[in-house]
Amino acid sequence: MKLLIFASRNRKELLRDPANLAFGIGFPLVVLFLLSAIQANIPVSLYKVESITPGIAVFGLSFLSLFSGMLIAKDRTSSFLMRLFASPLSSSDFVLGYTLPLMPMAVAQSVICFVAAFFLGLAVNVNVLLALAVLVPAAVLFIACGLLAGSVLNDKQVGGICGALLTNVSAWLSGTWFDLGLVGGWFKSAAYALPFAHAVDAARAALAGDYGSIFPHIWWVIGYAAVILAIAIAVFSHKMKSDNA
Amino acid sequence: MIAIEINKLSKRYKERFAVQSLSLSISQGEVFGLLGVNGAGKTTTIRMLACLTKPTSGEATLLGKSILAEPEGVKEIINLSPQETAVAPNLTVRENLELIARIYGSSRRAAGEKTAEMMKKLGLAEVEKEKVKVLSGGWQRRLSIAMALISEPKILFLDEPTLGLDVLARRELWTLIKQLKGEITMILTTHYLEEAEALADRIGIMAEGKLKALGTAAELISATGARNFEEAFVALATSPEEAL
Repeated sequence: MKLLIFASRNRKELLRDPANLAFGIGFPLVVLFLLSAIQANIPVSLYKVESITPGIAVFGLSFLSLFSGMLIAKDRTSSFLMRLFASPLSSSDFVLGYTLPLMPMAVAQSVICFVAAFFLGLAVNVNVLLALAVLVPAAVLFIACGLLAGSVLNDKQVGGICGALLTNVSAWLSGTWFDLGLVGGWFKSAAYALPFAHAVDAARAALAGDYGSIFPHIWWVIGYAAVILAIAIAVFSHKMKSDNA
Repeated sequence: MIAIEINKLSKRYKERFAVQSLSLSISQGEVFGLLGVNGAGKTTTIRMLACLTKPTSGEATLLGKSILAEPEGVKEIINLSPQETAVAPNLTVRENLELIARIYGSSRRAAGEKTAEMMKKLGLAEVEKEKVKVLSGGWQRRLSIAMALISEPKILFLDEPTLGLDVLARRELWTLIKQLKGEITMILTTHYLEEAEALADRIGIMAEGKLKALGTAAELISATGARNFEEAFVALATSPEEAL
Protein backbone atom coordinates (compact mmCIF):
# COMPACT_ATOMS: atom_id res chain seq x y z
CA MET A 1 0.00 0.00 0.00
CA LYS A 2 2.77 2.44 0.96
CA LEU A 3 4.54 1.42 -2.22
CA LEU A 4 1.51 2.41 -4.33
CA ILE A 5 1.17 5.73 -2.51
CA PHE A 6 4.82 6.53 -3.18
CA ALA A 7 4.58 5.31 -6.79
CA SER A 8 1.53 7.52 -7.31
CA ARG A 9 3.50 10.54 -6.11
CA ASN A 10 6.30 9.71 -8.54
CA ARG A 11 3.86 9.28 -11.42
CA LYS A 12 2.41 12.73 -10.73
CA GLU A 13 5.86 14.30 -10.51
CA LEU A 14 6.84 12.80 -13.86
CA LEU A 15 3.65 13.54 -15.76
CA ARG A 16 3.36 17.10 -14.49
CA ASP A 17 6.76 18.03 -15.84
CA PRO A 18 6.14 19.33 -19.38
CA ALA A 19 9.80 18.74 -20.30
CA ASN A 20 9.26 15.00 -19.77
CA LEU A 21 6.35 14.91 -22.20
CA ALA A 22 8.21 17.07 -24.73
CA PHE A 23 11.31 14.92 -24.73
CA GLY A 24 9.70 11.52 -24.18
CA ILE A 25 6.94 11.81 -26.75
CA GLY A 26 7.30 15.01 -28.75
CA PHE A 27 10.95 14.77 -29.74
CA PRO A 28 10.85 11.16 -31.03
CA LEU A 29 7.69 11.96 -33.03
CA VAL A 30 9.37 14.95 -34.63
CA VAL A 31 12.33 12.75 -35.61
CA LEU A 32 9.98 10.08 -36.96
CA PHE A 33 8.11 12.57 -39.15
CA LEU A 34 11.35 14.23 -40.24
CA LEU A 35 13.00 10.98 -41.35
CA SER A 36 9.81 9.92 -43.14
CA ALA A 37 9.76 13.24 -44.97
CA ILE A 38 13.37 12.70 -46.01
CA GLN A 39 12.52 9.18 -47.20
CA ALA A 40 9.68 10.53 -49.33
CA ASN A 41 12.12 12.76 -51.18
CA ILE A 42 15.04 10.41 -51.86
CA PRO A 43 15.25 7.58 -54.42
CA VAL A 44 16.82 4.98 -52.06
CA SER A 45 15.24 3.13 -49.15
CA LEU A 46 17.12 4.69 -46.26
CA TYR A 47 14.40 5.46 -43.71
CA LYS A 48 11.59 3.02 -44.41
CA VAL A 49 8.90 3.41 -41.77
CA GLU A 50 9.01 -0.27 -40.73
CA SER A 51 12.74 0.08 -40.21
CA ILE A 52 12.92 3.39 -38.38
CA THR A 53 9.86 3.02 -36.13
CA PRO A 54 11.43 0.41 -33.79
CA GLY A 55 14.59 2.53 -33.64
CA ILE A 56 12.68 5.70 -32.84
CA ALA A 57 10.74 3.77 -30.17
CA VAL A 58 14.03 2.72 -28.53
CA PHE A 59 15.30 6.31 -28.88
CA GLY A 60 12.17 7.52 -27.06
CA LEU A 61 12.71 4.99 -24.29
CA SER A 62 16.24 6.28 -23.73
CA PHE A 63 14.69 9.42 -22.22
CA LEU A 64 13.28 7.28 -19.39
CA SER A 65 16.79 7.28 -17.90
CA LEU A 66 16.71 11.05 -17.82
CA PHE A 67 13.25 11.14 -16.22
CA SER A 68 13.93 8.59 -13.48
CA GLY A 69 17.48 9.82 -12.85
CA MET A 70 16.39 13.46 -12.54
CA LEU A 71 13.51 12.61 -10.21
CA ILE A 72 15.70 10.60 -7.85
CA ALA A 73 18.60 13.07 -7.97
CA LYS A 74 16.29 16.01 -7.23
CA ASP A 75 14.70 14.08 -4.36
CA ARG A 76 18.17 13.43 -2.98
CA THR A 77 19.55 16.93 -3.33
CA SER A 78 16.40 18.58 -1.93
CA SER A 79 16.48 16.23 1.10
CA PHE A 80 12.99 14.99 0.18
CA LEU A 81 14.50 11.52 0.06
CA MET A 82 16.05 12.06 3.50
CA ARG A 83 12.58 12.85 4.82
CA LEU A 84 11.27 9.64 3.28
CA PHE A 85 14.25 7.57 4.47
CA ALA A 86 13.24 8.55 8.01
CA SER A 87 9.70 7.27 7.33
CA PRO A 88 8.45 3.67 7.52
CA LEU A 89 9.04 3.09 3.76
CA SER A 90 11.25 0.08 3.04
CA SER A 91 14.04 -0.10 0.46
CA SER A 92 11.86 -2.25 -1.84
CA ASP A 93 9.14 0.43 -1.61
CA PHE A 94 11.67 2.96 -2.88
CA VAL A 95 13.06 0.88 -5.74
CA LEU A 96 9.65 -0.27 -6.98
CA GLY A 97 8.09 3.13 -6.29
CA TYR A 98 10.57 4.82 -8.58
CA THR A 99 10.43 2.06 -11.24
CA LEU A 100 6.76 1.11 -11.58
CA PRO A 101 5.32 4.48 -12.70
CA LEU A 102 7.75 4.53 -15.61
CA MET A 103 6.58 1.23 -17.08
CA PRO A 104 3.13 2.48 -18.20
CA MET A 105 4.85 5.62 -19.45
CA ALA A 106 7.25 3.48 -21.49
CA VAL A 107 4.41 1.49 -23.02
CA ALA A 108 2.43 4.67 -23.75
CA GLN A 109 5.48 6.25 -25.41
CA SER A 110 5.98 3.23 -27.67
CA VAL A 111 2.27 2.96 -28.50
CA ILE A 112 2.15 6.63 -29.51
CA CYS A 113 5.24 6.13 -31.67
CA PHE A 114 3.69 3.15 -33.47
CA VAL A 115 0.30 4.86 -33.87
CA ALA A 116 2.07 7.84 -35.46
CA ALA A 117 3.88 5.39 -37.74
CA PHE A 118 0.51 3.96 -38.87
CA PHE A 119 -0.28 7.37 -40.35
CA LEU A 120 3.04 7.21 -42.18
CA GLY A 121 2.22 3.88 -43.76
CA LEU A 122 3.22 1.25 -41.21
CA ALA A 123 1.07 -1.85 -41.61
CA VAL A 124 -1.41 -2.43 -38.78
CA ASN A 125 -1.04 -6.05 -37.68
CA VAL A 126 -0.51 -8.24 -34.65
CA ASN A 127 3.27 -7.99 -34.97
CA VAL A 128 3.07 -4.45 -33.63
CA LEU A 129 1.88 -5.87 -30.31
CA LEU A 130 4.81 -8.29 -30.31
CA ALA A 131 7.21 -5.43 -31.05
CA LEU A 132 5.75 -3.51 -28.09
CA ALA A 133 6.36 -6.53 -25.86
CA VAL A 134 9.91 -6.92 -27.16
CA LEU A 135 10.59 -3.30 -26.21
CA VAL A 136 9.77 -3.93 -22.53
CA PRO A 137 13.28 -5.17 -21.56
CA ALA A 138 14.73 -2.07 -23.24
CA ALA A 139 12.42 0.08 -21.11
CA VAL A 140 13.61 -1.74 -17.96
CA LEU A 141 17.20 -1.22 -19.07
CA PHE A 142 16.80 2.55 -19.44
CA ILE A 143 14.81 2.88 -16.20
CA ALA A 144 17.59 0.99 -14.39
CA CYS A 145 20.21 3.33 -15.88
CA GLY A 146 18.23 6.25 -14.46
CA LEU A 147 17.90 4.64 -11.05
CA LEU A 148 21.65 4.07 -10.98
CA ALA A 149 22.52 7.58 -12.17
CA GLY A 150 20.03 9.23 -9.82
CA SER A 151 21.47 7.31 -6.87
CA VAL A 152 24.99 8.63 -7.30
CA LEU A 153 24.79 11.88 -9.28
CA ASN A 154 23.19 15.25 -8.71
CA ASP A 155 20.46 16.52 -11.05
CA LYS A 156 22.86 18.55 -13.23
CA GLN A 157 25.14 15.54 -13.67
CA VAL A 158 22.15 13.31 -14.47
CA GLY A 159 21.14 15.84 -17.13
CA GLY A 160 24.57 15.53 -18.70
CA ILE A 161 25.02 11.78 -18.39
CA CYS A 162 21.50 10.56 -19.12
CA GLY A 163 20.14 13.50 -21.07
CA ALA A 164 23.07 14.09 -23.38
CA LEU A 165 25.52 11.20 -23.26
CA LEU A 166 23.26 8.16 -22.92
CA THR A 167 20.61 9.32 -25.38
CA ASN A 168 23.30 10.11 -27.96
CA VAL A 169 25.34 6.96 -27.43
CA SER A 170 22.24 4.78 -27.54
CA ALA A 171 21.02 6.57 -30.68
CA TRP A 172 24.32 6.49 -32.61
CA LEU A 173 25.05 2.90 -31.68
CA SER A 174 21.54 1.58 -32.26
CA GLY A 175 21.57 1.33 -36.04
CA THR A 176 18.50 3.57 -36.26
CA TRP A 177 20.00 6.48 -38.18
CA PHE A 178 22.27 4.42 -40.46
CA ASP A 179 23.08 0.80 -41.16
CA LEU A 180 25.85 -0.27 -38.79
CA GLY A 181 27.09 -2.65 -41.49
CA LEU A 182 27.97 0.35 -43.67
CA VAL A 183 30.47 1.52 -41.05
CA GLY A 184 31.55 -1.97 -40.04
CA GLY A 185 34.79 -2.72 -38.22
CA TRP A 186 35.28 -1.74 -34.60
CA PHE A 187 32.26 0.60 -34.69
CA LYS A 188 29.89 -2.23 -35.50
CA SER A 189 31.59 -4.52 -32.97
CA ALA A 190 31.29 -1.85 -30.27
CA ALA A 191 27.64 -1.27 -31.15
CA TYR A 192 26.83 -4.95 -30.87
CA ALA A 193 28.72 -5.28 -27.60
CA LEU A 194 26.16 -2.86 -26.17
CA PRO A 195 22.42 -3.55 -25.90
CA PHE A 196 20.97 -0.69 -27.98
CA ALA A 197 21.42 -2.14 -31.48
CA HIS A 198 20.16 -5.49 -30.17
CA ALA A 199 17.02 -3.79 -28.82
CA VAL A 200 16.32 -2.22 -32.21
CA ASP A 201 17.07 -5.42 -34.14
CA ALA A 202 14.81 -7.47 -31.85
CA ALA A 203 11.93 -5.00 -32.29
CA ARG A 204 12.49 -4.86 -36.07
CA ALA A 205 12.40 -8.66 -36.24
CA ALA A 206 9.19 -8.77 -34.20
CA LEU A 207 7.58 -6.12 -36.39
CA ALA A 208 8.58 -8.00 -39.55
CA GLY A 209 7.15 -11.26 -38.21
CA ASP A 210 10.60 -12.81 -38.33
CA TYR A 211 10.18 -14.32 -34.89
CA GLY A 212 13.33 -16.46 -34.93
CA SER A 213 15.49 -13.37 -35.44
CA ILE A 214 14.24 -11.79 -32.21
CA PHE A 215 16.81 -14.10 -30.62
CA PRO A 216 19.55 -13.79 -29.54
CA HIS A 217 19.12 -9.98 -29.65
CA ILE A 218 16.49 -9.97 -26.93
CA TRP A 219 18.78 -11.97 -24.61
CA TRP A 220 21.42 -9.25 -24.87
CA VAL A 221 18.90 -6.64 -23.80
CA ILE A 222 17.48 -8.78 -21.00
CA GLY A 223 21.01 -9.56 -19.78
CA TYR A 224 22.08 -5.92 -19.73
CA ALA A 225 18.79 -4.87 -18.11
CA ALA A 226 19.11 -7.52 -15.37
CA VAL A 227 22.71 -6.65 -14.56
CA ILE A 228 22.21 -2.87 -14.54
CA LEU A 229 19.00 -3.19 -12.51
CA ALA A 230 20.79 -5.39 -9.95
CA ILE A 231 23.65 -2.88 -9.70
CA ALA A 232 21.19 0.03 -9.44
CA ILE A 233 19.23 -1.66 -6.63
CA ALA A 234 22.46 -2.50 -4.76
CA VAL A 235 23.79 1.06 -5.12
CA PHE A 236 20.47 2.66 -4.13
CA SER A 237 20.13 0.38 -1.09
CA HIS A 238 23.71 1.13 -0.10
CA LYS A 239 23.11 4.88 -0.42
CA MET A 240 19.97 4.53 1.68
CA LYS A 241 22.03 3.11 4.52
CA SER A 242 25.10 5.23 3.96
CA ASP A 243 25.88 8.57 5.55
CA ASN A 244 25.55 10.85 2.57
CA ALA A 245 22.32 9.68 0.98
CA MET B 1 9.59 10.22 31.76
CA ILE B 2 12.62 9.97 29.51
CA ALA B 3 11.88 10.18 25.78
CA ILE B 4 15.40 10.04 24.39
CA GLU B 5 18.28 8.27 26.12
CA ILE B 6 21.64 8.62 24.40
CA ASN B 7 24.50 6.54 25.71
CA LYS B 8 28.08 7.12 24.51
CA LEU B 9 26.96 7.62 20.92
CA SER B 10 29.84 8.10 18.49
CA LYS B 11 30.27 8.47 14.75
CA ARG B 12 33.73 8.32 13.28
CA TYR B 13 34.73 9.02 9.68
CA LYS B 14 38.21 7.54 9.21
CA GLU B 15 40.29 9.32 11.85
CA ARG B 16 37.84 12.11 12.58
CA PHE B 17 35.00 11.93 15.09
CA ALA B 18 31.86 13.71 13.88
CA VAL B 19 30.24 12.85 17.20
CA GLN B 20 32.25 11.53 20.14
CA SER B 21 30.80 9.65 23.08
CA LEU B 22 27.62 11.68 23.37
CA SER B 23 25.50 10.87 26.43
CA LEU B 24 22.28 12.69 27.10
CA SER B 25 18.74 12.24 28.40
CA ILE B 26 15.81 14.24 27.09
CA SER B 27 12.45 14.24 28.83
CA GLN B 28 9.13 13.65 27.16
CA GLY B 29 7.60 16.88 25.91
CA GLU B 30 10.87 18.78 26.27
CA VAL B 31 12.18 21.13 23.59
CA PHE B 32 15.91 20.51 23.47
CA GLY B 33 18.09 23.01 21.63
CA LEU B 34 21.19 21.58 20.04
CA LEU B 35 23.64 24.34 19.19
CA GLY B 36 27.09 24.51 17.72
CA VAL B 37 29.08 26.03 14.91
CA ASN B 38 29.10 24.34 11.47
CA GLY B 39 30.63 20.86 11.67
CA ALA B 40 30.02 20.58 15.41
CA GLY B 41 28.12 17.31 14.99
CA LYS B 42 24.51 18.46 15.37
CA THR B 43 23.18 17.12 12.08
CA THR B 44 25.11 13.84 12.44
CA THR B 45 23.53 13.41 15.88
CA ILE B 46 20.06 13.96 14.43
CA ARG B 47 20.80 11.60 11.54
CA MET B 48 21.83 8.86 13.97
CA LEU B 49 18.76 9.36 16.15
CA ALA B 50 16.53 9.29 13.06
CA CYS B 51 18.13 5.99 11.97
CA LEU B 52 19.59 7.60 8.84
CA THR B 53 23.21 7.05 9.84
CA LYS B 54 24.59 4.09 11.75
CA PRO B 55 26.63 5.00 14.81
CA THR B 56 30.19 3.72 15.02
CA SER B 57 29.58 2.88 18.66
CA GLY B 58 27.15 3.61 21.45
CA GLU B 59 23.38 3.35 21.58
CA ALA B 60 20.27 5.47 21.85
CA THR B 61 16.69 4.63 22.65
CA LEU B 62 13.67 6.69 21.64
CA LEU B 63 10.68 5.99 23.88
CA GLY B 64 12.34 2.68 24.71
CA LYS B 65 13.02 1.69 21.10
CA SER B 66 16.64 1.13 20.12
CA ILE B 67 17.97 2.90 17.05
CA LEU B 68 20.17 -0.14 16.42
CA ALA B 69 17.77 -3.01 17.10
CA GLU B 70 14.40 -1.47 16.21
CA PRO B 71 14.89 1.19 13.52
CA GLU B 72 11.49 0.41 11.97
CA GLY B 73 9.82 0.96 15.34
CA VAL B 74 11.73 4.21 15.83
CA LYS B 75 10.69 5.47 12.38
CA GLU B 76 7.02 5.06 13.25
CA ILE B 77 7.24 7.45 16.21
CA ILE B 78 9.52 10.14 14.81
CA ASN B 79 9.49 12.65 12.02
CA LEU B 80 11.90 15.30 10.90
CA SER B 81 12.07 18.59 9.09
CA PRO B 82 15.42 18.69 7.29
CA GLN B 83 17.51 21.82 6.74
CA GLU B 84 16.36 21.97 3.13
CA THR B 85 12.63 22.38 2.51
CA ALA B 86 12.32 18.76 1.30
CA VAL B 87 8.99 18.93 -0.50
CA ALA B 88 7.63 17.34 -3.69
CA PRO B 89 7.73 20.28 -6.16
CA ASN B 90 5.11 19.19 -8.72
CA LEU B 91 2.55 18.18 -6.10
CA THR B 92 0.14 20.65 -4.52
CA VAL B 93 0.35 21.62 -0.87
CA ARG B 94 -2.59 19.32 -0.10
CA GLU B 95 -1.04 16.42 -2.03
CA ASN B 96 2.27 16.78 -0.19
CA LEU B 97 0.56 16.60 3.18
CA GLU B 98 -1.69 13.69 2.20
CA LEU B 99 1.32 11.82 0.81
CA ILE B 100 3.17 11.94 4.13
CA ALA B 101 0.06 11.14 6.17
CA ARG B 102 -0.63 8.08 4.04
CA ILE B 103 2.98 6.86 4.09
CA TYR B 104 2.72 6.90 7.88
CA GLY B 105 -0.34 4.67 7.70
CA SER B 106 -3.39 6.97 7.57
CA SER B 107 -6.33 5.90 5.42
CA ARG B 108 -7.28 8.17 2.51
CA ARG B 109 -10.11 9.67 4.57
CA ALA B 110 -8.02 10.16 7.73
CA ALA B 111 -5.22 11.68 5.65
CA GLY B 112 -7.70 14.17 4.18
CA GLU B 113 -8.94 15.16 7.63
CA LYS B 114 -5.44 15.50 9.05
CA THR B 115 -4.41 17.56 6.05
CA ALA B 116 -7.32 19.96 6.52
CA GLU B 117 -6.47 20.31 10.19
CA MET B 118 -2.77 20.85 9.54
CA MET B 119 -3.41 23.42 6.81
CA LYS B 120 -5.64 25.34 9.22
CA LYS B 121 -3.05 25.12 12.00
CA LEU B 122 -0.20 26.39 9.84
CA GLY B 123 -2.18 28.80 7.70
CA LEU B 124 -1.65 26.86 4.51
CA ALA B 125 -5.28 26.72 3.36
CA GLU B 126 -4.94 29.69 1.00
CA VAL B 127 -2.25 27.87 -1.02
CA GLU B 128 -3.86 24.42 -0.73
CA LYS B 129 -4.14 23.86 -4.49
CA GLU B 130 -0.91 25.54 -5.53
CA LYS B 131 1.93 23.45 -6.88
CA VAL B 132 4.71 23.71 -4.33
CA LYS B 133 7.37 24.71 -6.86
CA VAL B 134 5.63 28.06 -7.43
CA LEU B 135 5.52 28.94 -3.72
CA SER B 136 8.01 31.20 -1.97
CA GLY B 137 10.70 29.78 0.31
CA GLY B 138 8.70 30.84 3.35
CA TRP B 139 5.60 28.93 2.27
CA GLN B 140 7.70 25.89 1.40
CA ARG B 141 9.37 25.99 4.82
CA ARG B 142 5.98 26.18 6.50
CA LEU B 143 4.79 23.21 4.45
CA SER B 144 7.94 21.30 5.36
CA ILE B 145 7.15 21.75 9.06
CA ALA B 146 3.52 20.71 8.46
CA MET B 147 4.76 17.56 6.68
CA ALA B 148 6.83 16.74 9.74
CA LEU B 149 3.87 17.23 12.05
CA ILE B 150 1.13 15.50 10.08
CA SER B 151 2.25 12.01 11.09
CA GLU B 152 1.64 13.03 14.72
CA PRO B 153 5.17 12.11 15.80
CA LYS B 154 6.05 11.54 19.43
CA ILE B 155 9.53 12.87 18.73
CA LEU B 156 10.28 15.57 16.19
CA PHE B 157 13.66 16.66 14.84
CA LEU B 158 13.73 20.22 13.59
CA ASP B 159 16.97 20.94 11.74
CA GLU B 160 17.25 24.71 11.25
CA PRO B 161 13.47 25.08 10.96
CA THR B 162 13.38 28.85 10.51
CA LEU B 163 16.22 29.11 8.00
CA GLY B 164 15.13 31.56 5.29
CA LEU B 165 11.96 32.68 7.03
CA ASP B 166 11.17 36.34 7.49
CA VAL B 167 10.69 37.73 11.00
CA LEU B 168 6.91 37.35 10.99
CA ALA B 169 6.95 33.79 9.70
CA ARG B 170 9.66 32.94 12.23
CA ARG B 171 7.57 34.32 15.07
CA GLU B 172 4.56 32.31 13.86
CA LEU B 173 6.64 29.16 13.88
CA TRP B 174 7.91 29.94 17.37
CA THR B 175 4.31 30.22 18.54
CA LEU B 176 3.54 26.84 17.00
CA ILE B 177 6.56 25.19 18.64
CA LYS B 178 5.55 26.69 22.00
CA GLN B 179 2.03 25.27 21.51
CA LEU B 180 3.48 21.82 20.86
CA LYS B 181 5.72 21.94 23.92
CA GLY B 182 4.78 19.26 26.41
CA GLU B 183 2.98 17.33 23.69
CA ILE B 184 5.86 16.40 21.39
CA THR B 185 9.50 15.91 22.33
CA MET B 186 11.54 18.12 20.02
CA ILE B 187 15.20 18.41 19.22
CA LEU B 188 15.86 21.72 17.56
CA THR B 189 19.09 22.71 15.86
CA THR B 190 19.54 26.34 14.96
CA HIS B 191 22.14 29.01 14.36
CA TYR B 192 19.79 31.66 15.72
CA LEU B 193 20.76 31.85 19.38
CA GLU B 194 17.74 33.93 20.34
CA GLU B 195 15.58 31.16 18.89
CA ALA B 196 17.14 28.53 21.14
CA GLU B 197 16.92 30.87 24.09
CA ALA B 198 13.23 31.58 23.43
CA LEU B 199 12.12 28.03 22.70
CA ALA B 200 14.36 25.45 24.30
CA ASP B 201 13.81 24.11 27.80
CA ARG B 202 17.45 23.06 27.85
CA ILE B 203 20.31 23.69 25.48
CA GLY B 204 23.26 21.50 24.57
CA ILE B 205 26.28 23.12 22.97
CA MET B 206 28.37 20.89 20.72
CA ALA B 207 31.86 21.56 19.41
CA GLU B 208 34.13 19.18 17.51
CA GLY B 209 31.69 16.33 18.03
CA LYS B 210 31.52 16.66 21.79
CA LEU B 211 28.83 18.01 24.06
CA LYS B 212 30.60 20.97 25.67
CA ALA B 213 27.79 22.34 27.80
CA LEU B 214 24.28 21.48 28.91
CA GLY B 215 21.68 23.47 30.81
CA THR B 216 19.03 26.12 30.53
CA ALA B 217 19.99 29.36 28.80
CA ALA B 218 20.11 31.09 32.19
CA GLU B 219 22.34 28.37 33.63
CA LEU B 220 24.76 28.61 30.72
CA ILE B 221 24.94 32.40 31.00
CA SER B 222 25.52 32.11 34.73
CA ALA B 223 28.16 29.35 34.38
CA THR B 224 30.26 31.49 32.03
CA GLY B 225 29.69 34.82 33.74
CA ALA B 226 28.65 36.21 30.38
CA ARG B 227 26.39 39.23 29.87
CA ASN B 228 24.08 37.46 27.45
CA PHE B 229 23.49 34.12 25.79
CA GLU B 230 25.50 34.92 22.68
CA GLU B 231 28.59 35.63 24.76
CA ALA B 232 27.98 32.47 26.76
CA PHE B 233 27.68 30.45 23.56
CA VAL B 234 30.95 31.83 22.15
CA ALA B 235 32.74 31.12 25.42
CA LEU B 236 31.44 27.56 25.64
CA ALA B 237 31.79 26.65 21.95
CA THR B 238 35.41 27.76 21.89
CA SER B 239 36.39 26.52 25.34
CA PRO B 240 38.71 23.50 25.46
CA GLU B 241 37.01 22.42 28.70
CA GLU B 242 33.65 20.74 29.08
CA ALA B 243 31.21 22.65 31.27
CA LEU B 244 28.44 20.13 31.69
